Amino acid sequence: MLIRRRSKAASAPRTPEQLVGARPEPAFALHIDGREIEALPGHTIAAALWRAGIMSWRTTRTGGEPRGVFCGIGICFDCLVTVNGQPNQRACLVPASAGDVVTTQAGTGREGGGE
Amino acid sequence: MNGAAAKADRELRLAVVGAGPAGMAAAVAAADAGIAVTVVDSGSSVGGQFYRQPAARLRARAPQRLHHGWRTWRALKSRFDRQVSAGRIRLLADHHAWFAERIGDEYRVHALIGPEQQHSVIVEAGTLLLATGAYERVLPFPGWTLPGVVTAGGAQAMLKGSLVLPGREVVVAGTGPLLLPVAVGLADAGARVKALIESADRRSVARLAPTLAAHPDKLAEAAGYAARLAAHRIPIKYGHTVVAAHGRDRVEAVTVAALDAKGQAAPGSEVWIPCDSLAVGHGLLPHLDLALTLGARVEEDAVPAVWVDSEQRTSVPGLWAAGEATGVGGAALALVEGEIAGRSVTAWSQGPQRAWLDEDHARDPAWSHAEQKRRSLRGFFAAVNAAYSPPASWTTRLTDDTTICRCEDVRAAAIRSAIADDGANDLRTVKLLTRAGMGWCQGRMCGPAVAGLIAERDGNGRATAIATSVTAPSVTAPSVTATSVTAQRPFARPVPLGALAGLDQAELDLVAVDGAALDVAEPDVAGQEEESTNE
Repeated sequence: MLIRRRSKAASAPRTPEQLVGARPEPAFALHIDGREIEALPGHTIAAALWRAGIMSWRTTRTGGEPRGVFCGIGICFDCLVTVNGQPNQRACLVPASAGDVVTTQAGTGREGGGE
Repeated sequence: MNGAAAKADRELRLAVVGAGPAGMAAAVAAADAGIAVTVVDSGSSVGGQFYRQPAARLRARAPQRLHHGWRTWRALKSRFDRQVSAGRIRLLADHHAWFAERIGDEYRVHALIGPEQQHSVIVEAGTLLLATGAYERVLPFPGWTLPGVVTAGGAQAMLKGSLVLPGREVVVAGTGPLLLPVAVGLADAGARVKALIESADRRSVARLAPTLAAHPDKLAEAAGYAARLAAHRIPIKYGHTVVAAHGRDRVEAVTVAALDAKGQAAPGSEVWIPCDSLAVGHGLLPHLDLALTLGARVEEDAVPAVWVDSEQRTSVPGLWAAGEATGVGGAALALVEGEIAGRSVTAWSQGPQRAWLDEDHARDPAWSHAEQKRRSLRGFFAAVNAAYSPPASWTTRLTDDTTICRCEDVRAAAIRSAIADDGANDLRTVKLLTRAGMGWCQGRMCGPAVAGLIAERDGNGRATAIATSVTAPSVTAPSVTATSVTAQRPFARPVPLGALAGLDQAELDLVAVDGAALDVAEPDVAGQEEESTNE
């Protein structure tokens, strides 16, 4: 078992989808800051953004520093983002849906942004 | 329904918070014995962190390639599913428990529904099991807030659940056995893992050899990881640490240094490693919020954890705990603890205060088997947890402008000033003076770091002990009190004001009587989705 996997692992480059033999349902589009990206059914917002190579979608209240996923499991609240006009959504928990409009969140995500 | 019947009915009910290995094993054991079980979990499906599955619509045909212990999982899942189908287990997925209370002999668990978190429901039961698991401790370093720097467990969770990677060129760093499956998993999935940076030194890890020899299954697991690391050509650097992450909009490189005997970065040992992501973690910390809210005793061993007796009963009648909440020991231990708890709940339901141990357990092979297995695994993880530790002097690498509290953007300088100039010597005082720990995550992320900075001021060599703990050192308070100062909050997670307003007035009164300060508004926030951070 181990030996079999070892020879496989050392050879072909893989993607996670190839590793587990995923045959996802058809992809759909969502928008991040006006840009259209492809997401897979079952993805969270964070997963869709990662898959598109996007790692940050919030700037901090005081320093304006970029942030994205940190804990990945809903504990740290670093990945907060505005989804369809609703600020402070945890991107790592919220499922992505076709046509979602995701906006980089500045500060608290409300008028005036960073206080 | 008359009162007596309602009470009897409630006593035959078990609420379980957490559908990881411990919660599922307990639910199945209790349901098999005829108990009506309600399982509350924040995930969209069961399994917890360890058995997190790819989303169904990704249609993974071989999810086992991301997992260890697949057969155990399949067996547990099918038992669980059968009891769900039979109606003996009610699963409330996507339910985030935020508060638990005991009213008379009855428990109430309050849970927010779905990622929207706008509506709350109440689960009532005569018995309650906390299988709340653990979260990852990350000790800060300059650059740790850069996008692309993620927790080791977070990288694994995103991979297992969504089949995505944080980057193509990953460094895995920190300390602890979790780093092995994370590095191997990321590499299996196509990432180039440039190095595994483990702060424990090689001799410390090598001292595990006799322990591993006594646990053949664990030895095989360790050997398997070693083989796969070698197959992927992932170098392991023991006794090293990431001293800084570099980049502008995301991590572009890390600096790694060798650690000397005092835990300091050895001058001249620094190596620059280009990468596009860093998966970092320094061990796990149990989720204690609900246990503390309910008044269960918490004790500090390697980390603060819920105290339980031989049947996984907490210090509060009718309240059990199992899995990582009672001490970090992995999925196999969580499974056996969950089973013991489920059996104990079953015995209790047959008469007030009855225990599994009352049932002539000496002749019950299930008891002796479970008890022996639990003892063996606890012993194993005590050795493992002792072998892996963060470097003793890690706080010396925190520059004054290193962010410590990610939520409130509090820098090391402000915290050092609160400690040195204002005399703060516990987490609560630092929080009140600086806001560190006052934000969305409720201090989960920064607590260990603030404790480390307090220890740094003491400068008495306690930093190693403190670094492994969320507890602030205090000469006046016992450690458990100091722990509860940071972790004890009425609410386990941010709650929308609308959810609180939705409770009827009687319930609000109960909350207040229980000592839960309903100080729900942060000064700088407004609106219905805001948090209710206390203090």
